[in-house]
Amino acid sequence: MAILEVPAQDFASWRTAARKLIRQGATPLEVHWLDGTSDAAQGLLAGLEAAPPEDDASKATTTTKVPREFLSLAETVSCFRDPQRWNLLYELLWRLSHGEPHLLDDPADPLVRKLRVMEKAVRRDAHKMHAFVRFREAADGAMVAFHKPDHHIVRREADFFVRRFGAMNWAILTPDECAYWDQKQLRFGPGLPRESAPSEDEVEDLWLTYYGSIFNPARANLTAMTAEMPVKHWSTLPESKLINGLLRTAGDRMYEMIRKQPSSAASFVPSDTTSLKVLQQAACNCQGCELYEHATQTVFGEGLRKARLMLVGEQPGDQEDQQGAPFVGPAGKVLNEALEAAGIDRADAYVTNAVKHFRFEERGKRRIHKKPDGRHISACKPWLEAEIALIKPKVIVCLGATAAQSLVGRDVRIMQDRGKWMDSLHAPNLMVTVHPSALLRLPPGMSYEEEFTKFVRDLRLATEEVNAPLSNA
Amino acid sequence: MELDRKLAILADAAKYDASCASSGSYRKRADGGIGNTEGMGICHSYTPDGRCVSLLKLLLTNYCIYDCSYCVNRISSDTPRARFTPEEVVNLTLNFYKRNYIEGLFLSSGVIQTPDYTMEQLISVARQLRETHKFGGYIHLKAVPAASPELYRQAGLWADRLSANIELPVDQELRTLAPAKRHTEIEGAMIQIKGGILEAKDKTNREGKSPHFAPAGQSTQMIVGATPAPDATVLQKASQLYKKHKLRRVYYSAFSPIPHADPGLPIEKPPMIREHRLYQADWLIRFYGFDVNEITPTTAPDLPLDKDPKLAWALRHREFFPIDVNKAPRAALLRIPGIGVRNVDRMLKSRRFRALRLEDLARLRVSIAKARYFITTADHNPDAFQIDTVKLPQRFQPEAQQLSLFTAVTGEL
Repeated sequence: MAILEVPAQDFASWRTAARKLIRQGATPLEVHWLDGTSDAAQGLLAGLEAAPPEDDASKATTTTKVPREFLSLAETVSCFRDPQRWNLLYELLWRLSHGEPHLLDDPADPLVRKLRVMEKAVRRDAHKMHAFVRFREAADGAMVAFHKPDHHIVRREADFFVRRFGAMNWAILTPDECAYWDQKQLRFGPGLPRESAPSEDEVEDLWLTYYGSIFNPARANLTAMTAEMPVKHWSTLPESKLINGLLRTAGDRMYEMIRKQPSSAASFVPSDTTSLKVLQQAACNCQGCELYEHATQTVFGEGLRKARLMLVGEQPGDQEDQQGAPFVGPAGKVLNEALEAAGIDRADAYVTNAVKHFRFEERGKRRIHKKPDGRHISACKPWLEAEIALIKPKVIVCLGATAAQSLVGRDVRIMQDRGKWMDSLHAPNLMVTVHPSALLRLPPGMSYEEEFTKFVRDLRLATEEVNAPLSNA
Repeated sequence: MELDRKLAILADAAKYDASCASSGSYRKRADGGIGNTEGMGICHSYTPDGRCVSLLKLLLTNYCIYDCSYCVNRISSDTPRARFTPEEVVNLTLNFYKRNYIEGLFLSSGVIQTPDYTMEQLISVARQLRETHKFGGYIHLKAVPAASPELYRQAGLWADRLSANIELPVDQELRTLAPAKRHTEIEGAMIQIKGGILEAKDKTNREGKSPHFAPAGQSTQMIVGATPAPDATVLQKASQLYKKHKLRRVYYSAFSPIPHADPGLPIEKPPMIREHRLYQADWLIRFYGFDVNEITPTTAPDLPLDKDPKLAWALRHREFFPIDVNKAPRAALLRIPGIGVRNVDRMLKSRRFRALRLEDLARLRVSIAKARYFITTADHNPDAFQIDTVKLPQRFQPEAQQLSLFTAVTGEL
């Protein structure tokens, strides 16, 4: 039995040759296909004729009919990077045209299965090419990518990029073959190395920022990732250089989130007391957030159990922290003067803070006040709510942004909203005004007297409301 | 603020939305424009959490007037805040798309001022992309609950997909954790969107070509593990939403610890295996003909974590097995553990030509290790005799153990 050696460069040449061979009745065992796409075959093929043996008229009695499905399968498999593919395809073609026309309908047939697996691999490679090509902008404005597909798919897939990026000049370089598009025509050229593509692109930095930010460290799962983005593709993906760093820090980042997670004061607040004293004592042991660790003591609210006016400040300062009472430092002095000017006896009111522990930074021997974070405010809120629930004030005045954030919300603008009555679930009347300490730190150009007068005016509004007869509404 | 910093903040804030799908929409590139969709979604990258990066997933802003305790962007959180201008999002989208980093944009937002105002901002980004830049890529817009019906209608004209998140399976739980949200309002948005989709279809049927309206349909997301609701409740709600609002997908998002979290929520690693089992159960309901009550009966309201829900069902219903793979109808084949929809169809085709043997199934890559105890084949399958043995469940024991964070982190490269 003579073995025919037949070259195949691509699907079209294989198809022409195979058609003739089938007509000649050449069995799969008699034909050996030489792969023109593999480098090893190039030398051999140089001496061979591209055309298959001449038609033998006596044998060519019938035309070969194969299912359409075979053509699509064969076309896809012809891109598979394995010289054996031409032989396998010919074997399938032979069986289809020799008594097994429905062979493709049996997915469990070993040959069909094998070719289907190859087909799937090419499809997957094509899909990964659609996904992983990364263009960089070249000096002339064209977008250029370097990509390394597993199979011979550049020609097959170039159209995808034309359909999508038709209105831009682009080139996709691969080691086997390159595709070029100039908004009119698609051209192909020989393979090029990575160095032929631009080495950077400004937008890439933004892409890396995005990639690093969209990763959730609490869900690190490398297996799932590499299943879909195999390591072999990493070399052409700019974002891959972030992967190791992201993974290395993932565990720490997650535990940091858990560690930072504040507990709340809620579990320290006695639920069924009507006594301010009991509440205050319980607050002494509060560890609802980490502020208790460094502060001297809890500074709870003070004042009349049945006060109709409640003043809420930010947090205790240095003096308050040491003495254990609210508003006894410099800001307290300003408050006292303002209350007096507004005609309010502090003993008739209830004075407290949104946060009950002193937050500070140590600078040398001094303890510098530091604004509480949202999590401190919300951790401490159960105490404030418990105080409000017991005292049931008719009027609440929030002194400054922290108290306002606790009782009204984050979007309050003190300077715009001061002295206005706001809807609140906490009390029938609620207003915000400045914190007295703000008067001690006025920016240049603002006069203390003027600001003090405004502060007193707000407080006077409050006391008018306190003393107003209950409206019918 | 620098664009880079904004991007970091607003991508970070968007990552808790699980959906990144870009499939189900066909859109030809406009003349002189850029971008198209061809039905199949493309994942352009994967982050080390194994999640796909298909769309540029951003919040327009993470300022928010609401205080939903499960959300990192709630008003009481200390997270850094930022806001994009619509133009910034448009340019990022185009620049990323041209470099083939993404399939398109998934834009959501914290609620600023009012739901209507927020929705208008989202719409304006989508409109600019489509009208000014002839962008043909995929656009997924968040439908902010309690906005005007007219705005959902507008959004659907520009977007491929819309989604209103149901957040939690039980309305009462939602009221507790998210005081400003109500299932009625969220489902109200779903109803409007469904109306738009049906109208557009109807118009196409009557008049031929008509403008797109959210051609990739609508989806939603449910957070799992932030509240005590069992899997049965989660799946009941999902199945109800699929039926009522014709959703394409329900996403289940394992509640994950967030920075600056609310003190009232569980502080644990996200229950990722549970999330995975819910997706499996979701698939069984949609493609395998299972009913919620079969998967999570009252006696077992939570899905077992150590085995997949189909296997768990099979072990509870051994009277149904063994199944003869050469004779059984499709519906019965679909109930065999270890055999998926695609292989069922391959088996049905193949069995016209041959009597299926174990080796045939192995070649189709059926999970023989699971299926073998539940089937009879043309050759001798001794494992089928074990179907009634007490010890059968033990055969599947070593299967699953939640991949610990550290196996993942230290896993070899």
